[in-house]
Order: sequence, then C-alpha cells, then structure tokens
Amino acid sequence: MLNPRPLAALVSVLVSLVLGTAAIAADLGSLVANLTTGGFGDRETAITALAASGEARAAPILEALSAGRLYVRSADKLVVIGKTAGNQLALTDAITGQPAGTAAEDALERVRVNNRLRGLIDDAVGSLTLMSPDPKVRRSAGDSLFKQRNPAALAAVEHALAAEKDAGIKRVFAEARASMMLASDEAPKAQKLEAIQVVRDRGDRDSLGILETVASASQDADIKAAATTAAASLRQTLSVWEAAQNVWYGISLGSVLLLAAIGLAITFGTMGVINMAHGEMVMLGAYTTFVVQQTIRAYAPDLFEVSIVIALPLAFLVSGAIGVLIERTVIRFLYGRPLDTLLATWGLSLGLQQAVRTIFGPTNREVAAPSWMSGSFLVGQIDVTYGRLWIVVFALLVFATLILLLRKTPLGLYMRAVTQNRPMASAMGIRTPRVDALTFGLGSGIAGLAGVALSQIDNVSPNLGQGYIIDSFMVVVFGGVGNLFGTLVGATTLGIVNKFLEPYAGAVLGKILVLVFIILFIQRRPRGLFALKGRSVE
Amino acid sequence: MIQRFLWRGLDTKLRLFIGLVLLVGIVPPLLNLLMPPGSPFYVPAWMLQLVGKYLCYASLALAVDLVWGYCGILSLGHAAFFALGGYCMGMYLMRQIGSRGVYGNPVLPDFMVFLNYKELPWFWHGFDHFWFAAPMIVIVPSVLALALGWFAFRSRVTGVYLSIITQAMTFALLLAFFRNDMGLGGNNGMTDFKDILGFPVQADGTRATLYFASALALALFLMIAGAVVGSRFGKALTAVRDAESRMRFLGYRVEGYKLFVFVLSAAMAGIAGALYVPQVGIINPSEFSPGNSIEAVLWVAVGGRGTLIGPVIGAFIVNWTKTYLTGALPEVWLFALGGLFVAVTLFLPRGIVGLWGQYKARQERTKRTATA
Repeated sequence: MLNPRPLAALVSVLVSLVLGTAAIAADLGSLVANLTTGGFGDRETAITALAASGEARAAPILEALSAGRLYVRSADKLVVIGKTAGNQLALTDAITGQPAGTAAEDALERVRVNNRLRGLIDDAVGSLTLMSPDPKVRRSAGDSLFKQRNPAALAAVEHALAAEKDAGIKRVFAEARASMMLASDEAPKAQKLEAIQVVRDRGDRDSLGILETVASASQDADIKAAATTAAASLRQTLSVWEAAQNVWYGISLGSVLLLAAIGLAITFGTMGVINMAHGEMVMLGAYTTFVVQQTIRAYAPDLFEVSIVIALPLAFLVSGAIGVLIERTVIRFLYGRPLDTLLATWGLSLGLQQAVRTIFGPTNREVAAPSWMSGSFLVGQIDVTYGRLWIVVFALLVFATLILLLRKTPLGLYMRAVTQNRPMASAMGIRTPRVDALTFGLGSGIAGLAGVALSQIDNVSPNLGQGYIIDSFMVVVFGGVGNLFGTLVGATTLGIVNKFLEPYAGAVLGKILVLVFIILFIQRRPRGLFALKGRSVE
Repeated sequence: MIQRFLWRGLDTKLRLFIGLVLLVGIVPPLLNLLMPPGSPFYVPAWMLQLVGKYLCYASLALAVDLVWGYCGILSLGHAAFFALGGYCMGMYLMRQIGSRGVYGNPVLPDFMVFLNYKELPWFWHGFDHFWFAAPMIVIVPSVLALALGWFAFRSRVTGVYLSIITQAMTFALLLAFFRNDMGLGGNNGMTDFKDILGFPVQADGTRATLYFASALALALFLMIAGAVVGSRFGKALTAVRDAESRMRFLGYRVEGYKLFVFVLSAAMAGIAGALYVPQVGIINPSEFSPGNSIEAVLWVAVGGRGTLIGPVIGAFIVNWTKTYLTGALPEVWLFALGGLFVAVTLFLPRGIVGLWGQYKARQERTKRTATA
C-alpha cells in the first residue's frame, strides 16, 4: 500500500469537509475501492474524493473509468484496467500499475459510468493532472481548470501552485485560481478584486467570458464595477487582436490568390493571352500531387512526409509541359486576337476538365497533409495554422523566384524584350516563338505549383480550377496588367478586404461586394492599380 | 412608318430567313395540335419544347452577336440578362400558383413559407399582374445593362477588360441568387409553375402558343437587328468595332453607340429568357454561371459573327449536338464542346455562314495564281 503525501491528504480532508462528503479518504486503495461499489451516487462521491486526493496516479484510473475500461476481476475483486489484446483483455492492476495477466470479458465486471459521471471525471482528471511530471500536461490541466471555473478544485490548484517551479505554468495556475476565486462565494473581496486583474491580464476570449459573467452576476458593487471596467478594456484589446487575426486571414487568402494569379500575370499580363485554361493548370498541379502521394504511399511510405516537396517540381513540369503544348498547337495562331484566345482556351479548359474527370472520376480526391503542415500555434491571440503559414511562405518564395528569373536570367531578359517590342527582339536574333512557348510554359508551370499548395486547402476535384479563374483575373486586372508587383499588392489587398467584409456581410455577400468593388474600380482606373505608362491608343 | 423602317433595311436573304423562322414557328405547333398522335406528320410535345428552347437560345445568340459581331463588345455576361428576364417571368408564374402550392399559402410562394418568410418582400409586389411583369422583363435587364455600360463605356473600358467585367458581373449575380436571403428561391430557384395568363402551362395549346411566341420574338429580333445594322447608325456601329479611336477622333460619341446596342441586346436577351422559363418549367441560379454566357458566345462564333443568320444557325447546331451527345455519349460532350471552341477559333473565324465566303476567296486566290 502506498501512502499519499501528507500535504495532499490534508488538502483532500479540507476539500472533503468543504463538500460535506462522507468519504474521507485514507489512501488510494480504499478510494478506488469506493469507486467500484454502490450506485452512481456513491460513485460520484468517490470520484470527488479521488479528485481531492491530488494523487497523480488516480488520473489514469479515472480516465479508464470514463472510457469504460475499468473492471473488477470477479475472481479476487481486484480493480483492473483492461486493454483489448486479441480476444482477451490485457489487465493492469489499477492501484499498483503492475500487469495482472489477461482475462476474457465475461470474467470481469465493468464499472459502469454515465454521462454525468463522465463530466465529473473530466473535471477531476483536470485537477489531478496538475501534479503530473509532464509540464505540457500540467499546463493544459491548468488551462482546462481555468475554463471550468469550478471552485471545488480551488484547494488542489493552490497546492499545485505552491509546488510548481516553472514560471509560465505557475502563471497558468494563478489564472486558474483566479477564475475559481471569482466563481466561488466564499472568497474574500480583496482576493476577488485581485483575481479580476489576473483574469484581465490573461487577455483571451475565455477571460472576457468570465469577466462578463462576474460583471452581470456579482452582488458586490465594487467587484461589479471592477469587472465591468476590466471587461471593457479587455474587449478593446480583443478587438485589436481580432483585426490582426483578420489581417492574417486576409494575408493567407491573399497568398492563395497570389499563387493562383501569378502565372496568369505572366500569360495574360506579358503575353496578352487570355488563358481561361489557367485554372485547369492549377487543377493539374493538384492532381499531380495526388498521384505523387499515391505512388509514395504504395512504394515508398518512408518518403510520405516529403511527398509535397517531391510533387512541386513534378507539378511544375506537368503543367508547364501541357502549357508549352497548348502554346505550340493553339495559342501561337491566335496572337493579336485576345478575344479568340479566350474562346479557344475556354474550350481547352473544358477538354482538360473532362479528361481529368474521365481518368480520376468526378469525386474529390484526398491529398493528405504531412505532419509538418498540420497543427497550429498562437501568436498573442492569433491562431496560426502551419498549413496556411507554409502557403504564405511558399507564395512569397515563388514570387521572389519569378522576379529574379525575369530580372537576372537571360531567359527573363528575352521574355521582357519580346513583350516590349517583338519585331525588334526578333531582329536582334531572339527566337521569339521559342520565347513565347517558354513564357507560356512558365506561367502554366507556376499554376501547377499553385495547384500543389491548393491541394492542401481545397478539394482536389476536376472543378478545382473553375473556382479560381475569375478571382485570378480580378487580381491581375486590379493590380495592373503586366506588373508583377501589382499582382502581389492586388492579391493581398483583395484578400484582406474580403476577410474584413466577411464578419459583417457573410462570406458570399462579402465576395459579391468585392466583385462589385472591382467592377467599379476598373471604371476609375481601367488599367489597374499600377498601370504601365504609355502613349498607345489601343 | 416603323414597319417600313423595319422591312426596308433588310436584304432579300434576311427576309427569306425571317420567313423561314416564321414558318418553323407556325407549322410544327399546328401539326402538333391538328394531327392525330398516330400520324406521320404529328409533332410530339417534347419536340415542340426542345425546339422552342432552341428558338430562345437563338434569340440570345442574336443578342450576343449584335454587341460582339457588330460592335466588338465581347460580353461574357449575356446569360445574366437572359436569366434576369427569366427570373421576372418566374416571379410572375410563382404568383400565379396562388394557394395551389404545397403549403397552400395564397400569397407566399412555397419556398418562402419553407424559409419562414412572414410577408412578401417588397420587390415581389406587382408581379402577380402580367401587365407589371411584362415590362419588368425588359426593364430589369436593360437597367442593369445601362448602368454597367454607362460606367464602362464612359471610362473607355474596352476589349478584354470589358469581357472580364461582364464575367465578374454574372459571377456576382450567380453568387447573389444562390443566397436564400435574396428572396428569389435560393439554389433551388423557382419551379412547379401552374398557369400563364390563366392557361395551364403544361397544356398542349399553351405549349404551342409559347413555341410560336418564341419564333415570333426571334423573327422580330431579326427584323430589329437587321434594321439597326442596315441603317446609318449600324454603319457607324461597325466602324466603332473596327476603329474605335478613329471614330472618336472623327467626332462620334462612341459611348452612345455602344450603350444603345448594349441595352437593346440586353432587352432582347431578357425577353428570350422570359419565353424560355415557362417552356422548360424552371429557373435557377445556375443560369447565371459564367460558362453559360461563354457557351452563348460559342453559338455565335460557330454560326458566324457579324452576320444575323449565323447566330441562329449556330445556336441550333450546337444545341442540337448537345442534346444528342449528352443523351447518347455524355462523356464525349465536353470534349466535343471544347474541341468546337478550339476548331472554330482556329479554322472557322467567320463561322459556318462564312464558309462559303472562305471557299470563294480561296478559289479566287488559286485562280489568280493560275493566271499569273
């Protein structure tokens, strides 16, 4: 038998007294034994007592109980935790944690539990895990206690707070204590006022909820006033964070728009080809990612984490090659007839969609995210998902590479020369047809890269491209045709404007407003934000 | 005088063609109504419905051609005007259902009861009368075209930019009409129509009349378009298409010319849409999808832009193929449509109607090289 630490015993006694429960626990063994006897009412008392014991080893027992894996062995009345192993259950002695052999399900009696008890158990585990040796567990336990605001666990938190060494976790515990303090009826006024400050300083949405409850429910005028002021100031801070969050969402959306539009900025902006099949190039990139991932899953599962990275050059090549093919077979006959390129490429886009639908089927395909792209972290009150962060980084990388390519390489020089003055470039010995094909291929290839990124956040279906084509044109036209920086600014602006409109107008109406805004904007500045200056009259 | 204006502007070929359209408009409905179902001359009702649909499409194609073929404005949003006309008609037809709907509400259409509307939205008032709905069919699309065109042409938004704006317009409308809050049926649109002007929509007589009305409208549009194109105004219009800046420097108010055809064409599209809805029995937001507008442009391109007969022929050929292929080989249809877009732009810049001209030109050339 193991004795709980004296202090924990003291705390448990105190809490038990406060709650007026009969179960005054001497040790873990008898506490656990109490769990398995009597009806649900008795079990409730036992759980509360276990929670109050502050015994870290009680946590797995309670979790097993909640999951329905806590059994009493019929033969010797030993309390065990069962784990499915084939037809049998592998048993662990609940109290000592030692393996206790295996048994069939019918040799055991399950300790029954209902939803009310499960709720209670969650609270109890929260306070028990405050003493866990793992700092992450302690921190999340503190956080969940903060949100639960159950004054019953106050003593356990006080105890954990005194024992805690880590300053960060100490703070979380102090915040949890403050929230409980505000919820309890017994806490003295001075402490409550102090608690309001602590909760205010935490500064997240939950804190605001707590302060608002206190402000509306408290009987004491001073506390009410303090909570009201704190809530008001917190609301202000939060609205700033909310704006920052919207900016981040906007940048994130902007980066997606940038990726989708930047290839178009090349084909449309510099070549004057209205490539309606641009969205399908994006779609092909996404499907390339899908195929790469399937292949890796089948033949080299170890490489799965980098499948996206492997897909990047392949998507570029697939989309780029199809782009070159399209340019050589269709587009080159249509230079100088932009409206005809529009119709021809629309036809091509229909064909490509149907081809993909025939090969891969009309349903959505799933492209999994590698682990380094899933999850999120907090910056202040801004929730940043890794996937979105990578896409922003990727969009900027693609943009920078493209600028470098156009400015610093011979190919870029040729492209600019052909765009600016085709006959003169030709006279200087540049093979303009080749440059045309490569430029179109480059624009298409970049669309393929966009497809890899979009496969992470959108459904990979034959219609993927359709959703982006109009937005992409809007971005290019808004930013100013023939100007890559205009595309960057245009994409970011439209992304942010869209996200700021959404909370007020809803997603769909927000989008409609953006479209109307662009339509009106083009009337004011028919050549976009950053128009190329020139004297030509069409 | 108006009659003289309408008739004199037309050349013989077009007059014959209008006669043909009227013939197509009169004979099949009569055969449908008068012949017994067993007779080899009997035209079944589904055929009337199908061809009636094509006649409406042909009117839409003519409207697109008027702005694109004669004025160089490639509108990628004409299906929006078509759909708006259709929605006006749909609203009238919805109000005619009265208490025969599933929920039996005498005022509110079914979808409003379903969406917990308490009273009729303001813009629905008046649509229970045909005398109100009928002008609306013309006014709503025209006003939208007027607003868009006035802004766009005044700021000299031309070519590709205009195409993109019109596409954005129809896309915005698509999104808007999908919303349930819009009060226009959301994504289900409007359907289950019962009566039009007191006659049951499904009855043979009504169908035949609607079919005839579609043909009549097409014939009328051909006359109007022919008159406009053949007039001095039309010559200026073609000049705007070919050399806009030069026309401007010559002192013409280019915006006015463009705005006039744009609005005229939108009104035509609206009427076509209004005739289309009772024949197909449904109107929903997918009519606004940008693809529809581009398809309408294809009809014109296939038939021959810059001719009045071409769009009608193009609309019939493409849609007939579509009906056949989507039924027989659904996989192939999009390939065929896509291929048609590419083939027409590459090989048939003047469309089917222009084939003869292309052939003649080639012959001339070979003759000249032979003699030289």
